[in-house]
Amino acid sequence: MIEVRNVTRTFGDLVAVNDVSFSVADGECVGFLGPNGAGKSTTLRMISGVFPPTYGSVRVAGCDVVRDSIRARAALGYFPEHAPYYGELSVEGYLAFAARAKRIPRRLRADAIARALKACDLASVRRRLIGQLSKGYRQRVGLSQALLGDPPVLVLDEPTSGLDPTQVSEIREVILGLRGSRTILFSSHVLSEVSQVAQRVVIIDCGRIVAEDAPGELARQIAGAIVLRVRVEGSLAPAARVVAAVPGVQRTEDRGGHLEVACADEGVVAALSRRLTAEGFTLLELARETLSLEEVFLRILRTAAEARGK
Amino acid sequence: MSAVLRKELTTIFSSLLAWMVIALFLAMSGFYFWSNLSFFLLSGGFDLVRGLWQYQFLDMRSLLLTMLPLLTMRLLAEERRQGTLELLWTHPLRDGQIVFGKYLAVLLVLALMLAATLVQPLILLQTDAVIPWGAIGAGYLGLFLLGGAFLSCGLLISALTDSQVIAAALTYSVLLIFWAMTWNEYAVGSGGVLQALLAISLFDRLYDFVRGGIDLRDVVFLILFSGVFLAWTMQALGARRWRGVR
Repeated sequence: MIEVRNVTRTFGDLVAVNDVSFSVADGECVGFLGPNGAGKSTTLRMISGVFPPTYGSVRVAGCDVVRDSIRARAALGYFPEHAPYYGELSVEGYLAFAARAKRIPRRLRADAIARALKACDLASVRRRLIGQLSKGYRQRVGLSQALLGDPPVLVLDEPTSGLDPTQVSEIREVILGLRGSRTILFSSHVLSEVSQVAQRVVIIDCGRIVAEDAPGELARQIAGAIVLRVRVEGSLAPAARVVAAVPGVQRTEDRGGHLEVACADEGVVAALSRRLTAEGFTLLELARETLSLEEVFLRILRTAAEARGK
Repeated sequence: MSAVLRKELTTIFSSLLAWMVIALFLAMSGFYFWSNLSFFLLSGGFDLVRGLWQYQFLDMRSLLLTMLPLLTMRLLAEERRQGTLELLWTHPLRDGQIVFGKYLAVLLVLALMLAATLVQPLILLQTDAVIPWGAIGAGYLGLFLLGGAFLSCGLLISALTDSQVIAAALTYSVLLIFWAMTWNEYAVGSGGVLQALLAISLFDRLYDFVRGGIDLRDVVFLILFSGVFLAWTMQALGARRWRGVR
């Protein structure tokens, strides 16, 4: 579990992270989103013990990252942004070093390294020097280092940054495979990626958390209602009048070819369908419209910017 | 600590620079030995038994001064430049384990370099020359302790910058100051200032060792010197971490 409580981090006069609180439950996979310079990497670095918060506290697997730093770090696998690497070491040599540094008992090391190599499909390059590998492979080496020793908590800072679509898909498969068995907090700029992998997202902007929920729930909150797409055979105008009369329908708009209907709750959907059929309309489409995570993200940031402007 | 030590040894011995430093040290040390031996054999009248080794150890001191900063310059500066220091900080390692792991690695390389020069007295074993093993042992101990002090100084400076060139240049500067500080006795006077400079002078500590004597005060001073610089390195690392600077 990761618990971030009222965390502030300053660098001189700059407040990079301002009174941030959120948590990631055991086995949960959470996407951490925000524009560049929002405070994502700073927050992830504090969680991983790279530097301490100026104020507030961070707990990883029940251990405070400042007071009980060694135990907190032992429970954590961290993939830093830009995946720094020791180019002069072989993949296997580097993982052997990481295994010793992570205090994995000697008798378990070989097995732990073999599993990390397999999880990231690195077996074929295990004797190659990291400096001679492609960026995609180096990212995988960084990820395998984070997975080494099966830490219960994984913090991944843009694990798919700079990769081609195939490599992105491969890394996504690795993370999906871990979902449920590990507590995962990861940041990414690829929002379609996050919506596929994360069960929940936390959005940070200008050092503050501006939204936190499941992607679908955030979309619903932002839309303010359930939005339906309704298509019937024939003219839309009489259907629009029927739909508007259904109790619970808040708004009906002709979108040219289909009606966009906003309603308060799920119960209205069934009532609307029955009413249209009873009135003799042939229903061609009745679907719930959802905002993409990208739309949700942009709207949340716009709302946050407007709030700051006020 | 063993994790950092082993990683560091792997890195050192996979670097061309380290092998060049070791090779150059051994070649130059061999040249000095041949040169000093020729001088004592041709000039006669000198105390070959003691004089040869005094000259040899003082020459090796200068070689260590020249070579060791090239080994220490990348220790922490390169970790900072590559961003791997951030990675190290997320492993369950204390700053002390990182610093001592790295220090022990270069200390082992120093020991290896010095051990390889033992071939010089072994060559003389083939002749009738008397080998003063006690005095030679004291000289090697002095060089090892002095080299350890050089390494600790280089390690501290490597923690202060992410440029290897700046790290090496600053280490040379600091060591040269420690060397030259007592050169001009007339300029500093013969009173308290000179005594104070002599007390902290690094290089003057070697003279007893090369003459075959071991003064416990010199041993303690050189170990303390290294200890203080290692403690400062940990402080420097901790301060950077606290400020959130890689």
